[in-house]
Amino acid sequence: MIPALAVEGLKKTYATGVEALGGIDLRVEEGDFYALLGPNGAGKSTAIGIIASLVTKSAGRVKVFSHDLDRDWRAARGAIGIVPQEFNFNVFEPVEEILINQAGYYGIPRDRACQQAEKYLRELELWDKRRTQARDLSGGMKRRLMIARALVHEPRLLILDEPTAGVDLEIRHAMWEFLQRRNREGTTIILTTHYLEEAESLCRSIAVIHHGRIVEQGGMHELLARTHGEHLVLSLAGALTVSPMLSGYHCELVEPRTLEVQVPTGAGINPLFAGLSALGVEVLSMRNKRNRLEQVFLQLLRENQVDQHE
Amino acid sequence: MNNTGHPYLIGYRTILAKEVRRFMRIWPQTILPPAITTALYFVIFGKLIGSRIGPVAGFGYIDYIVPGLILMAVISHSYANVVSSFYSTKFQRHIEELLIAPLPSWIILAGYVSGGVARGLVVGVVVTVVSAAFVELSVFHWPLVIAVVLLTSILFAMAGFINAVFAQTFDDISIIPTFVLTPLIYLGGVFYSVEMLPPFWQGASLFNPMLYMVNALRYGMLGVSDIESGSALAIIVVFIGLLGAASLWLLHKGVGIKS
Repeated sequence: MIPALAVEGLKKTYATGVEALGGIDLRVEEGDFYALLGPNGAGKSTAIGIIASLVTKSAGRVKVFSHDLDRDWRAARGAIGIVPQEFNFNVFEPVEEILINQAGYYGIPRDRACQQAEKYLRELELWDKRRTQARDLSGGMKRRLMIARALVHEPRLLILDEPTAGVDLEIRHAMWEFLQRRNREGTTIILTTHYLEEAESLCRSIAVIHHGRIVEQGGMHELLARTHGEHLVLSLAGALTVSPMLSGYHCELVEPRTLEVQVPTGAGINPLFAGLSALGVEVLSMRNKRNRLEQVFLQLLRENQVDQHE
Repeated sequence: MNNTGHPYLIGYRTILAKEVRRFMRIWPQTILPPAITTALYFVIFGKLIGSRIGPVAGFGYIDYIVPGLILMAVISHSYANVVSSFYSTKFQRHIEELLIAPLPSWIILAGYVSGGVARGLVVGVVVTVVSAAFVELSVFHWPLVIAVVLLTSILFAMAGFINAVFAQTFDDISIIPTFVLTPLIYLGGVFYSVEMLPPFWQGASLFNPMLYMVNALRYGMLGVSDIESGSALAIIVVFIGLLGAASLWLLHKGVGIKS
């Protein structure tokens, strides 16, 4: 099967001497929903910039649906839709014109470009704003405009660089639903995000990039299976002065009415509640301290940090 | 517009239409000022001062300066359109819309240069219409007039493109027009014949490319010139070749637009 994206030995060293990418390999299968994660400055945006032809690579090869980005660049670029991190449209142009122009750059005749623009402005609930100058849109609308613009030429691979940064919860969830629907319809999606719950709930595959190198790559399920249990935060009915001792669990009293409990994988939480109940501790509510992907992510970064120091 | 054809042609038309819409949308900044400036030149230099100056090369002074004033407007507006539009495209980062698209560099260059030429020609027509209110216009050699105006606007649109590529701030897009273009235009024989200059300055003027362009258009309109028109056209074409090659190389390498 031809991968949607195949990256081999991709390197980027900026003129300042900073090495942003130290030779990464990526393979994204067609139809996948893929998360590219990493802390700030890890090299995610540089990698996306090279794939989008916005950054000149120092070495390596990029293929999009088997089209080499250097040799068969027309076909490769035509297959990609990019939603960048920063707003990068002409703020003085009307919303509809931005989409029609973008379609024109991809060689789509104006009549069809108008139809495509209408289709995506309606889908992303921007049709009423079609004659509005882009600068007058709200932050969430600008984000949706960038998604509509990226889709106007019907790309098979959609790359989104932090598409939900700064948008409210309702719009974020609407965008998640839109992207999931788009993925079900066959578009391969690569997503970078700082909201790890977003990656966990949307993506089926993942790569973690750190200091310009891929430190983990694989299926989301396999990666999450590596978590060493759950970290729960319990709100208590009554105040405690010392942390309760429960066999098999590590408890830490962070406040008189707040108890954090490390639950090992497979230990379950029934024995925990039974034990607390036996000690006369009444639990009012419970929440996960952090999601599972966040635990794995931080663990990977810590491991990688140790490897680098060694 | 029936926007069909080869994808490159559609891309080119899209860039050109966008550029034309841009300068037409802000016509009080782009089209109106040259009309007012030209009218002032005619009133002050043509009527008030020109009436005290005798004939130049057999023509009244006001008739003599018309070709130079038209070309001055074409040059400055072809240049200004591309330098401001392409720099603002860089500044707002929507140059990325073009860079990610399957468009070759030469189409992007052709689109922006054509936008500059379009504004240069529109302004040239406006200035010509204003001129017609003050003088009786004549054309001695139509093909030469069209060739000079078109080629000169292409040349200066390309120069504006290169300026925009290297510009880092909005100040950088006004440095060349203020300190290089304007002096060269004014010293290029718009308002005088080089024969009026002392021998040393006549020789020095030959190093000013504007002299060749202004005189080529003057020959096309009035049939008189300080310079032979063939060599003037050849110089313009050579410069177009040089600046075109430089612009394409800069775009291909991503100078000023890619990391």
